Amino acid sequence: MTQQRFALTTLACAIALASPAVSAQTGTITGNEFNPAISLILDGYYADHHDEFELPGFQLGGEAGLPEKGFGLGHSELTISANIDDAFYGSASIAIHEHDGETETELEEAFVETLGLGHGFTLKGGRFFSHLGYMNSQHEHAWDFADAPLVYAALFGNRLSDEGVQARWLAPTDLYLELGVEVTRGDSYPGGENSGTEGKVLFAKIGSDIGHNASWQLGASAYQSEFFSRAAESHDHGQEDGHDHEEEVHGEFLLENGDVEIAGVDAVFKWAPTGNSKAQQLVLQAEYFQRKETATVEFFEDTNSLLADYDGKQDGYYVQAVYRFLPGWRAGVRYDAIEADNRFVELEADGVDLEEFLAETEFDNSDPITRRTFMVDWSRSEFSRIRFQYGYLDMPHGQDELFLIQYTMSLGAHGAHRY
Amino acid sequence: MRFCLMMLLLLVSTGSYAQLNIFACEPEWAALSAALAGEQAEIFTATTAQQDPHHIEARPSLIAKMRKADLVVCSGAELETGWLPLLLRSSANPKVQLNAPGYFEAALQVERLGIPEKLDRSQGDVHSQGNPHVHLDPRRLLTIADALSQRLQTIDAANASHYQQLLQTWRAQWQTQIARWEQEYAQLRGKKVVVYHDNWRYLLDWLQLEQLATIEPRPGIPPSGTDQKRLLEKLATQKPDRILVAWYENPKAARWLGDKLQVPVVVLPFTVGADTHSQDLAGLFERTLHLLRGDGL
Repeated sequence: MTQQRFALTTLACAIALASPAVSAQTGTITGNEFNPAISLILDGYYADHHDEFELPGFQLGGEAGLPEKGFGLGHSELTISANIDDAFYGSASIAIHEHDGETETELEEAFVETLGLGHGFTLKGGRFFSHLGYMNSQHEHAWDFADAPLVYAALFGNRLSDEGVQARWLAPTDLYLELGVEVTRGDSYPGGENSGTEGKVLFAKIGSDIGHNASWQLGASAYQSEFFSRAAESHDHGQEDGHDHEEEVHGEFLLENGDVEIAGVDAVFKWAPTGNSKAQQLVLQAEYFQRKETATVEFFEDTNSLLADYDGKQDGYYVQAVYRFLPGWRAGVRYDAIEADNRFVELEADGVDLEEFLAETEFDNSDPITRRTFMVDWSRSEFSRIRFQYGYLDMPHGQDELFLIQYTMSLGAHGAHRY
Repeated sequence: MRFCLMMLLLLVSTGSYAQLNIFACEPEWAALSAALAGEQAEIFTATTAQQDPHHIEARPSLIAKMRKADLVVCSGAELETGWLPLLLRSSANPKVQLNAPGYFEAALQVERLGIPEKLDRSQGDVHSQGNPHVHLDPRRLLTIADALSQRLQTIDAANASHYQQLLQTWRAQWQTQIARWEQEYAQLRGKKVVVYHDNWRYLLDWLQLEQLATIEPRPGIPPSGTDQKRLLEKLATQKPDRILVAWYENPKAARWLGDKLQVPVVVLPFTVGADTHSQDLAGLFERTLHLLRGDGL
């Protein structure tokens, strides 16, 4: 104990003696200067809705769903990032959130990326948000609405995030043109279990300015994966805990030997008088995705089972407009729509036939699901935001309204946001 | 056919003249680069005098320009922290990464004012490396010009003597101008000003003006009605001679205060290109001093 204290004192003295020389050179006392940039997002809300969130025709995956009613926490997100050396940049984001009454830690991103590789090339490896689409690579706190568009919820389980590698190339032209390819495990939704290299993404983006006041970006992307199996529940009756409605307990089904293909386009247009977006800005944004998948459905209910061929087509889009009318104030509207067109052919029925399966899972629903969302938010500084949101969801079997008050605060390092 | 020929000609002509692609974050650095690099350079300016350089989006067009840059000239000291790091990373351009000779932060070449003793966001959007708006002190510009010219000579060694010559010419003119301004506007010394944002510090340091207050309660945070009233009370006993607002800032709060205090509000260009008078650095200073003096100060 005494020895330890002695050692500590010696160390402290050594540092004290050494530091004046260091501070004379650089002006500050170094030691923690090389710490990476750390930023913490605090996100909390009060929400009210009727527990109705069904997307019949879509197999839900990922984090799609409604926030829990009442007071709650969203994603508390810790991001640590820095240049590793002159060749690499690294970043990790850890999200902590409540799910089914338990605190879950989720590694959102953990990747390394080359810095200035040259000739316009950048390589990235690790777990990262795919650059597919426009919104997919944005973190939740950078979204303009509290929830993901329906098309992202239904097709990607809120977003496509996977482990793998990415290569992208920036063209040496005044017109911004970027092409990219990703090869990933492909086991995160809408992928499934596979050999670990089945996820593939291609994307292309172009963009430019229109005078000093406006800028735009267009993108096209494609996703493809194959899987041995993907497990799913028939459909989701809200995310509320402890509500065991007997009549809503369904069998589980598996998709086997599946093939998933997604293609999408996205467009963003931003306008600000004299290009000074801090004072006033209008952002128009829209994305469209279409998913085609084929698989064999295996459905189990007690001892009964069914085998069927599944050929599914789902698509959806959102369009939104967000207007900053005063430096601290923004208002936005969004319209969402998704629709499915799934076909089934019975292969083998053992105690349960295709009709029963479809009646229970509503997997053949082809009625559109739409949503209208309105939001207003206020920011004291660029580090804080309080948001009010109202959404009206129109589903084949009913409607739901979502009312939300949310705060999103950013502590620590000043993260730069992507366009 | 004629179009194709024209395009070809254009390609050939730009190829032969522009040796150096310079990406300037702000117009003042574009102007200085133009003076020091001459015809050797093709200069792109990322922002205009109407834009707040703190809040620029990492737009596609900027990424494309950064990709081709041989030299990036910015204020630095965290002014562009919300967009520049992202542009650098997205550009994949090895010539302009942080420790490469093609990356130049003007503010780091000179002694900076207002380095905070305590870093806390309750103080607003403070910069840990001090106030980054260094370009409005013409003496500091001399030091920056020396360093920038040195950089040009490193990057484009073949034309080093050309850059040296341009620097000497510019230096001589600039020193004469500083002497003239200091004499002509000596009457400004000791005057008191209120500013909207704390971005005039280096100008005030040079002219020896006194800054009584900022209208923003904290850097980057627009004043509320209460903030305004509080400031008015504070200034009741000590009236400023001028209220300063930059071209890109909203002058509303300043005008309200000016009306109440019966003090002239001066909207200054802040950087090159804001008005027809401020088309280069000398014009910018000439115009700024002229507006500052106004009538009867």
